[in-house]
Amino acid sequence: MSIKLGEVPYKDRVQTGIEDDFMRQAVSSAQGRFRNGRLTQAAELGNWEDWRELGSEIRTHTLQNLDYYLKQLSDNVARRGGHVFFAETAEEANQYVKNIIKKKQAKKVVKAKSMVTEEIGLNKALEEVGAEVVESDLGEWILQLDEDPPSHIVTPALHKNRQQIRETFAKKKGYTGSDTPEEMAAFAREQLRQDFLAADVGVTGCNFAIAESGAVTLVTNEGNAEMVTSLPDTVISVMGMERIVPTWEEMEVLVGLLTRAAVGQKLTSYITAITGARLEGEIDGPEEFHLVVVDNGRSKILGTEFQSALHCIRCAACINACPVYRHIGGHAYNSIYPGPIGAVITPLLEGYDDHKELPYASTLCAACTEACPVKIPLHEHLIRHRQIIVEQEKKAPTAEKLMMKGFAKWSSSPAIYNLSAKMAKPALGPWTKDGMIENGPGPLKDWTGARDFYAPQGQSFRAWFKQRQKDGETS
Amino acid sequence: MKVSLFSTCLSDILFADVAKNTLEILERVGCEVDYPMEQTCCGQPAYNSGYLQEAKQSMKQMMKAFKHSEYVVGPSGSCVGMLKEYPKIFADDPEWAEEAKRFAAKCYEITEFLVDVMGVTDVGSTFKGKVTFHSSCHMKRILGVKEQPKTLLRNVKGVELVDLPMEEDCCGFGGTFSVKNPVISQEMVSEKSRHVAETEAEYLVGADMGCLMNIGGRMRREGKNVKVVHITEILNTH
Repeated sequence: MSIKLGEVPYKDRVQTGIEDDFMRQAVSSAQGRFRNGRLTQAAELGNWEDWRELGSEIRTHTLQNLDYYLKQLSDNVARRGGHVFFAETAEEANQYVKNIIKKKQAKKVVKAKSMVTEEIGLNKALEEVGAEVVESDLGEWILQLDEDPPSHIVTPALHKNRQQIRETFAKKKGYTGSDTPEEMAAFAREQLRQDFLAADVGVTGCNFAIAESGAVTLVTNEGNAEMVTSLPDTVISVMGMERIVPTWEEMEVLVGLLTRAAVGQKLTSYITAITGARLEGEIDGPEEFHLVVVDNGRSKILGTEFQSALHCIRCAACINACPVYRHIGGHAYNSIYPGPIGAVITPLLEGYDDHKELPYASTLCAACTEACPVKIPLHEHLIRHRQIIVEQEKKAPTAEKLMMKGFAKWSSSPAIYNLSAKMAKPALGPWTKDGMIENGPGPLKDWTGARDFYAPQGQSFRAWFKQRQKDGETS
Repeated sequence: MKVSLFSTCLSDILFADVAKNTLEILERVGCEVDYPMEQTCCGQPAYNSGYLQEAKQSMKQMMKAFKHSEYVVGPSGSCVGMLKEYPKIFADDPEWAEEAKRFAAKCYEITEFLVDVMGVTDVGSTFKGKVTFHSSCHMKRILGVKEQPKTLLRNVKGVELVDLPMEEDCCGFGGTFSVKNPVISQEMVSEKSRHVAETEAEYLVGADMGCLMNIGGRMRREGKNVKVVHITEILNTH
């Protein structure tokens, strides 16, 4: 199973993104809304940096004691009549869910939005055993109809505009209405209502599992998680093993950071909590509840310099802040986790072979690090990835390696450096016109493809300074 | 006050006027300025590209060059930001860890030094024109220097400072990013150039020549007539 979206090479994906005017307009306006929303909410709450610090401490503590809290969670889910399965791999997780589907002879599965089930490819696995899987988050539903992967982790259909969505509805569901959001949402609601009523099994992800009470909480604006967990007889929640908090108190802090950082809301319209199966004497809840805790490479990150990447609460603030994502869109990352956090965790989960370009798809401007509500040093992780690609994986281009070796010699030897400072102007002379270079040689070529290069103004500063000192001494 | 000028390799070799202006401003506010000739580059091109061992060689050279300096002041938020990272980079190196800490503690970006150390918010300069300010990413996010350059600019006689739309966004330079990902870099700098043009400013001012040569080079290519100046030029005009 792979989190990779396809086999198109990086350069072509970037080009496709850049040429997609619809997508770029949609992404740029959404980024504007989300960024402003986050900043407004942060200001209104006050002491935002202190809240981020608290969020970071909670995540650090939880990850440092992950074994303890997972055991506590597991015990409490079991105590409340639920079944817990720890899956080491995506295949194990999918197999477990498939077995339940088979045992229940389930025909229809409704799902609430979940990134981890995208990660393990659950939908495809369930379709293999003959179940019809219906996504009930509006964005995910649109993408499912269009057979298009998500391009954003919170608003998965961000790259589509309403005209495109209307077309998808018309083509796949016979929709004949207008492209107003209200009318299309009402249509989706009508369609999905039938699916909720007919579903045998509900599948959810997990925003935060609460260790002290064995609850799984889900954050939505559409309330679909509420339907997914209350109508079907069997409910299965799938969670990444790091998506856990010790108590409701920490959950309250993190959910406030999540909704503010994600969409600029104090709180979402719904926060759903599932606490096990229906016990004797209780009036609602599913007959059967399963919690699948997915490792799928996460435990390999624990204890490494990348551990803080597991602090992520999937708010996408880094994605919304990223100017690179803004221009190329989510699909260019070729991972279900796009943007800065995707560039950090995709190579960790799936190796560098297919994803070695991702750590370089950033100017290291640190807008991501600044936006992250739990203070993951994202741009520093990207530099660490680059170091591994260069020093351990040995995947850097030869020309670059030679250039960097030259750089080290040049910058550690004042004599060589001095010579280069003296030679720069005459050496670039043949390409210089009016102090500018419009079509540079060698490594300057990529630069001057898009912009002019400034030739040295005159003598170097150090030459001028030496002269000035000399003049001072003689005067 | 004794200050060592850190010219940055970029200003030393390509933009000597930036280093000259920095030197003259420091002298004007009463500093005694020297220029250690052993200085080279902060190491950022190698460090940010993942070449840690190569980067460390230039970093050691820099620490040697400024070993006896009381203050190290330079005209680039990005390069000074790099110097400030040395303690993290050499934390596990018993030979250099202490020196890296000592070194980083005495490094300042020029506007930061003027406002925070010298307590100067008005350098007494005059510069006529409508200007907009590009705040460079490393200066505001890594170094944490945000208000100082604007405070100084606002106090320059004759300057009309107008906001740059989406000022928080990177210009697309990113060092080797600009040549490793030229297509994305071009889109980013084109958007920045559009925003600069929207302000109708005559001058684009910044505190990092890296960003300025990127935006300026693009605007020249597009035939846009906005002059690109380093903040020290404005602060050193009477």
